[in-house]
Amino acid sequence: MATPETRGAKRTALYAIHKAAGAKMAEFGGWEMPIEYAGITQEHLAVRNAAGIFDVSHMGEISVRGPQALGLLQELTSNDVARLKVFQAQYSALMYPEGSAVDDCVVHRLGEDHYFICVNAANTDKDFEWIVAHNKAGAEVQNVSSQYSQIALQGPRAADILSKVTGFDLASLRYYWCGDAQCCGVKGLLARTGYTGEDGFEFYFAPENSERVWNALLETGRDEGLQPVGLGARNTLRLEAGYPLYGHELDQDTTLLEANLGWICKLDKGEFLGRNVLQKQLEEGVRKKLVGLEMLEPGIARDGYPVWMESQKVGQVTSGSPAPFLKKNIGLAFVPPAAAGAGREMKIEIRTRQVRARQVPLPFYKRQK
Amino acid sequence: MYPDEFQYTKDHEWIQVDEDTGTIGITDHAQKELGDIVYVELPKIGDPLAASETFGTVESVKAVSEVYSPVTGEVTGVNGKLQNHPEILNTDPHGSAWLVRVHLSDPKELEKLMSAEEYEAYIQEDKAH
Repeated sequence: MATPETRGAKRTALYAIHKAAGAKMAEFGGWEMPIEYAGITQEHLAVRNAAGIFDVSHMGEISVRGPQALGLLQELTSNDVARLKVFQAQYSALMYPEGSAVDDCVVHRLGEDHYFICVNAANTDKDFEWIVAHNKAGAEVQNVSSQYSQIALQGPRAADILSKVTGFDLASLRYYWCGDAQCCGVKGLLARTGYTGEDGFEFYFAPENSERVWNALLETGRDEGLQPVGLGARNTLRLEAGYPLYGHELDQDTTLLEANLGWICKLDKGEFLGRNVLQKQLEEGVRKKLVGLEMLEPGIARDGYPVWMESQKVGQVTSGSPAPFLKKNIGLAFVPPAAAGAGREMKIEIRTRQVRARQVPLPFYKRQK
Repeated sequence: MYPDEFQYTKDHEWIQVDEDTGTIGITDHAQKELGDIVYVELPKIGDPLAASETFGTVESVKAVSEVYSPVTGEVTGVNGKLQNHPEILNTDPHGSAWLVRVHLSDPKELEKLMSAEEYEAYIQEDKAH
């Protein structure tokens, strides 16, 4: 039978550690990754209440350098790259001319003319080729993914734990800023970013140091409740926080405005791919709207389940699952704009039943300051 | 680990039979594979069961898994505890977390099922792949 290995799935430098920890592994975005260790619910709650450590080395990294870098990135992304000071980062999207995303990403400015983009694992090659294809100005564009492992440390105790293994002044590292740091004796890029809705950090460093960093952080944080967390809880955490996942809330047929990402579209920065489509939608309206939902009767809305309103099928669930911290079943779905509105009731088609749900404002969960 | 008085299917269900009445559940191997179980959908008393056909679902945080009936017959009992406490499937899959009771219409179907010994060998083979 076919296994991730026979299908050519890649492994991160921490693969042996995950197997030794007894993680359930599965294929994601072309990589064989840990889905859960102690269990999704327990891992999710650890991140909300204490801290979790994630191997996110499957993510891609693309470097864009040179005097033409800013111009290239301004043309290709939705957010305003010119606003970035050195060591500042921004959530953004690489754009199609249709106003939709090639990928969502985080753009970090590391120097005068040096940008470092973190992209989704499944889209790394696609994103790199897209940037290269549009690089008429001749900026220096490199796919540096193989040069980095990436570990995320997330949760209310993350800063406390990290402060024990780094001399970097964490108190002065604001959300969506980064810097060159040494953590667990390993040099790398430390960013105050994350995908969980908690305070936290993402550390990018050379892969040969992976086990050292992972083990040191786990050892240091164990007494504070630090646990390894897999992709299963990574998904339930980002869903509670209302964050989109490419391939679900974002794809080539969904504009950024339709996915509630108008806040990362800076139309006044100048021309960029897809700008005219977004401008038109601002004037004339969008074709669909992403809404949050919670179930009102027993049942779990899942990806792809149809959404019914007034006896008509109006859309589908893009992401759905139980929310372990909020203790309810939640989801994201696209509905026609006229049907969107917090409090409005819908039915989710779950196999043979139509189960009551209602639209709720996003995010489902917001951390206390 | 796997009770000798149960018989087992390749899809990791068990059935314990007394004359022409059976109790059906999922195995410990199944609950381990699934992870935290958060929701269970079961048939109603009086519903028909058909061998190898799905009769309900067990949901983990991540996924929905169909449950297949080992035998043909009629549902005579449903475990009401699972509605509010699906998590007992993780802690007691061979005992208090049984799924349904069935009246068998063709007890000869039991001959196709595995013994505890055969099932243990089967899941060892499964792990090796």
